[in-house]
Amino acid sequence: MKRLFLSFGISLALLVSVLAGCSDTRSTRAVYVLVDTSGTYSQQFDKVQGVMRYLLGSLQPGESLALARIDSASFSEEDIVARMSFDLRPSMANAQKRAFLDSVDAFGKNIQASQYTDITGGILQAIEYLNETGATDKYIVIFSDLKEELQKGQVRDFPINFNGSHVLAINVTKLGSDNVDPRKYQERVDDWSARVEQGSGQWKMINDLNRLDAIWE
Amino acid sequence: MTFEFFTRLIEGQPELSLLLWIAILMLVMYVARQPAHQIILVLMRSMRNALRLMAQSVMLAERQLRKRNREVLLAHGREHAERFIEREFQRVEALVNRDLSGYPTLQRDLQEQITRIDENYTQSGEVPPKPPEWLKAVDAVAAIPDNGSSVVGKILRDIHKTLRNALDKSMQEYRRANRERHNLLKKMMPYWRSLSKTLTSVEKKISGLEQRSIIIDGQMQSYEDIRKQTEFAERLLSSSSMTQFFISGLALTLAFVGMYVNFQLVALPMEEMVGASSYLGSSSIRASDVAALFIISVEVILGLFLMESVGITRLFPIINLLEDHKRKMIFWIMLSFLFIFAGIEASLAYMRDMLAADREALSQLLSGAEVVEPALRWIPSVGQMVMGFTLPFVLAFVAIPLESFIHSSRTVSGLLAVWLLHMLVVFIRFTANVINGVSKTIVNAYDLLIFIPLKVENALLNKRSKQESVVAEKQIASDKAQTKPLDKKSADAAETDMDESK
Repeated sequence: MKRLFLSFGISLALLVSVLAGCSDTRSTRAVYVLVDTSGTYSQQFDKVQGVMRYLLGSLQPGESLALARIDSASFSEEDIVARMSFDLRPSMANAQKRAFLDSVDAFGKNIQASQYTDITGGILQAIEYLNETGATDKYIVIFSDLKEELQKGQVRDFPINFNGSHVLAINVTKLGSDNVDPRKYQERVDDWSARVEQGSGQWKMINDLNRLDAIWE
Repeated sequence: MTFEFFTRLIEGQPELSLLLWIAILMLVMYVARQPAHQIILVLMRSMRNALRLMAQSVMLAERQLRKRNREVLLAHGREHAERFIEREFQRVEALVNRDLSGYPTLQRDLQEQITRIDENYTQSGEVPPKPPEWLKAVDAVAAIPDNGSSVVGKILRDIHKTLRNALDKSMQEYRRANRERHNLLKKMMPYWRSLSKTLTSVEKKISGLEQRSIIIDGQMQSYEDIRKQTEFAERLLSSSSMTQFFISGLALTLAFVGMYVNFQLVALPMEEMVGASSYLGSSSIRASDVAALFIISVEVILGLFLMESVGITRLFPIINLLEDHKRKMIFWIMLSFLFIFAGIEASLAYMRDMLAADREALSQLLSGAEVVEPALRWIPSVGQMVMGFTLPFVLAFVAIPLESFIHSSRTVSGLLAVWLLHMLVVFIRFTANVINGVSKTIVNAYDLLIFIPLKVENALLNKRSKQESVVAEKQIASDKAQTKPLDKKSADAAETDMDESK
């Protein structure tokens, strides 16, 4: 009798371990959110929080999310506010999401406006992180007016390999000068779109925050 | 070879060229009429024969399948009847053991009661009082005539008085004896009642056995019918099989619904064990779903073995052939496993509820709403736990409809296959008949295409036959004219021959 119980228990444990071990994780997503903290954009953080909540609700266990700021020199690990690969166990993943949300809220309370806007550096950091996650679907979400202002001596005008990432510009605000000449706004958008697509990435703009499902389309 | 080729036979006259071609074709077809007819007919006949052969072989297969179905049906029916009779005999045995085990005591009680009644009855027997011996002497004296004598009268009066006294005494004695007898009979009443009660209970027990014996007789009759392989038994079994098929199919469908509910209870917490985003290989099958299905499958299998060990189902002959103590051991092992799995499921159901609540709280937090603990949250938790605990036991009973379904589906699928084969035979025969008709139609169509030469041929033949008939008539007429004088001469010759012979 004991032997029978033992063998049955072993076979059950074996099956669970086989299923856990030999299984394959597929079609996973990784999202890297870049937030412009320059003076012109730092007041928009409540919208960032809304999008972050949506992303936390949408991402599944096993998927990854990171939040980083765009400041004067964004190609740095220090600019990453929070990053997390959610555990495969739903309960742990939920706890991680709560912790992430706390980090986002804490970041929102202490935003320091940066003097320059190094968007390219932030994107390079994002690509590096996304490649590390090994996710199949990679997303870079940018909250910015897309106006890059670099420090003297910073080199950013080179082609970037986006490696199939989706680049989503959300809530691209218009600057005061855009009202004078709207072509400047369109030029900025077109420049970034061309740069992403030339680097084998996919460009998309979402200005309506009620249509966040469009991120995954 | 284009259409223009046919129109250029005579330059500048396409219609005439076409007509010429048609005429040539007709001529060729007319010349080749007999062999063409033969080819068409032979080809069609060979196709028809092939189809008829095919139909025969399909019919043979249908017959064999029907025979096999009959054998399966009767074998299953025989087995079922045997099981039923065996069960009835077990019931009879239980009845006999329960009711008739106290038969010796009952018999002793009855014997005692009867003995007491008998004794009382014997005692209560009415013995008529014997007349006193001197009554005869008194009677003789009383018969003496008094002759007017006062002495004699006095003697007679004394005798009368004595007699009256004796009579009164006897009467009193008789009444006393009667009273005693009545008392004795009165004492018999409880014994009679007790006896009646005992016999009623015996009657009830016997009638229970009698009812069982009637059922067994009926089953034995049907068993005999099955053994004799009668048409009636086959029809009965076939109908029963169809009913069983649909009923067990319905029960299995309901069981599948139960399994689905069970799956929903287990699948979510299984994500905690094997991961929520894990899939089997490159398929879209989630590992947690497979684990949940495995647990449910194991429960069903445990149920199968449990039912098998109890003897309710007979899907595994090896288990049925085991000794009783081994089967009992299997039963207890399976029951223990079922309890363990029921416990696991109850805990998983509880975990599912916790996870769902956690997920709900997180979504509330993310949507910015205040996280509120719903009132009476424990009710769905307890409900899910109870369901998780009871469903494995409910699923254990799936074995019963499953066995019925498997057995009946053999018969039903056999009947369906026979029907399909029969329809195939009908179709093949129909096709053969169509081919027969088509061959005649093609021959007629061929003749229709060459109707002009055929008409000409007919006209020529008619003309020739008319000429021949005219010639023949003339010949007959001339023959008649020659034969008439000859006849007269021969008649005369015959008469002379007769005369000569006379």
